[in-house]
Amino acid sequence: MFVSNDVSTTGTMQERHIVQPRDAQHPIVLSTEELHVFYGKKEAIYEGDLQFARNQITALIGPSGSGKSTYLRSLNRMNDRIATVTGRIMYRGVDINQPDIDVYKMRRRVGMVFQRPNPFAKSIYDNIAFALRLRGTTDKHELDEIVETSLKQAALWNQVKDDLNKSALALSGGQAQRLCIARAIAVKPDILLLDEPASALDPVSTSQLEDTLLELKKQYTIIIVTHNMQQAGRISEYTAFFNQGRVLEYDTTSHIFTNPQVQITSDYVSGNFG
Amino acid sequence: MNPKTQNKIAIGTLYGVAGLVVLILLALLGYILVSGLPQLSWHFLTAPAKAFLKGGGVGVQLYNSFYLLILAMLISFPIALGAAIYLYEYARDNWVTTTIRTAIEILSSLPSVVVGLFGFLFFVVKLRLGFSILSGAFALTFFNLPLLTRSIEDSLRTIDLSQREGGLALGLSRWETITRVILPAAVPSILTGVILSAGRVFGEAAALIYTAGQSAPALDFTDWNPFNISSPLNPMRPAETLAVHIWKINSEGIMPDAKAISSGSSAVLVLAILIFNFAARYLGKRLYKRLTSA
Repeated sequence: MFVSNDVSTTGTMQERHIVQPRDAQHPIVLSTEELHVFYGKKEAIYEGDLQFARNQITALIGPSGSGKSTYLRSLNRMNDRIATVTGRIMYRGVDINQPDIDVYKMRRRVGMVFQRPNPFAKSIYDNIAFALRLRGTTDKHELDEIVETSLKQAALWNQVKDDLNKSALALSGGQAQRLCIARAIAVKPDILLLDEPASALDPVSTSQLEDTLLELKKQYTIIIVTHNMQQAGRISEYTAFFNQGRVLEYDTTSHIFTNPQVQITSDYVSGNFG
Repeated sequence: MNPKTQNKIAIGTLYGVAGLVVLILLALLGYILVSGLPQLSWHFLTAPAKAFLKGGGVGVQLYNSFYLLILAMLISFPIALGAAIYLYEYARDNWVTTTIRTAIEILSSLPSVVVGLFGFLFFVVKLRLGFSILSGAFALTFFNLPLLTRSIEDSLRTIDLSQREGGLALGLSRWETITRVILPAAVPSILTGVILSAGRVFGEAAALIYTAGQSAPALDFTDWNPFNISSPLNPMRPAETLAVHIWKINSEGIMPDAKAISSGSSAVLVLAILIFNFAARYLGKRLYKRLTSA
């Protein structure tokens, strides 16, 4: 229904085109196998199996309602209680979609940043420190240090270092979102999931955020859902194109944008629909 | 009619209605204060009541009102908080929660006289608690629980879902997210609910007439052993509250200055609730600041 006839250029387009990352320097740390997501009886994701390379940025793109956010939220089981997720989610050899997995522990390895900045109604310092305190890091020096490094990594330190005890609710949108990133990396995750983190930000904040992500990928594996194709093109190594609950195309970002193999992908990345 | 005129009429009507409400409230408040304030004195506020003679005070009743309020809140707040957390944060929407919510709604529309009579039959007679502060506190709990639960649940609802997701995404358990993120953020709104229900409890008479009783035995304010019958802390003694006192004087008061005492008591009741509100709001703000550094 989305394919418009007048832009079809070749007659040899495939229906799906999936190339999982193969790069000895960046081995796979996370992958899904036979993943299906149901909201009640309605199936939201089928045919969505992807593998994610370590210390790389993978972008999930696709039109609204294509299932990319649902897929992302399944990866750290944020869909528990909301949707039914079947299949395997392999994280470093362990299926984290098993019922006996300690999800709270797992989420400290697979962190998440959301679409709308959601700083807690606490001080900037406590936004970062309180989760650490709950897990037994009570040493003031250690906490100070983690707060500082996290804020520096999220490129927020210079702006807030004198206001650490002020409420985080007073931060601007871009600052708040970077606080949320600092908060997420303070618990030392391995993988960072970002659900359209820049969609509520202005262009300047967005570009700062992208620089931050490029810096962060040296330490973390990043998977980002984005509506913004330029953004995917600027920061990601791999791109997956979602449409109506399926991954139609997965390849290196440069392939997806310059030489898409699936007609719908081609239409989407060239802005013909979505 | 063009939209602009329509708008003007609508705004005018709303102003009128709001003004009317304010006027009625001010008139009532003014009447109570004007007729009551001249009666107030340190003696009136501290002396025990007299049944037949002039010059009685409301000291014991005033104390009873506060003691009963605190006891009722100590019992009902934790239950209401737990119920609200369960209903909003944990329970799924199914027939069990629908039943609970319906029960809460029905309970909240129960006339307080009915609550009082139930309390009389169940706590006073069946459980043999007698006319006592404890019976009164339990009756007030029944009276207070539905609305307090409802208002705390509404407070939780005002905290954005993204706050809960933020907590969970950091690897906090649901319980940790609720206690460390949601509740601190909801403090001002929960407190407003508590204040409103405390005002209702403080002014409640019908539920107490048959449970906490209509007599106020003299108290010995030097004796703080809760097991002594004249101790202010004893929860098993009958305890007429200020609101019950007002009702009683007006229906069967035989002291010569009944009218004056009734007016004075009403003024004290209103002032106490006002002071209580302002104090609670101030404390709530301080607490919120400490919890959130806002």
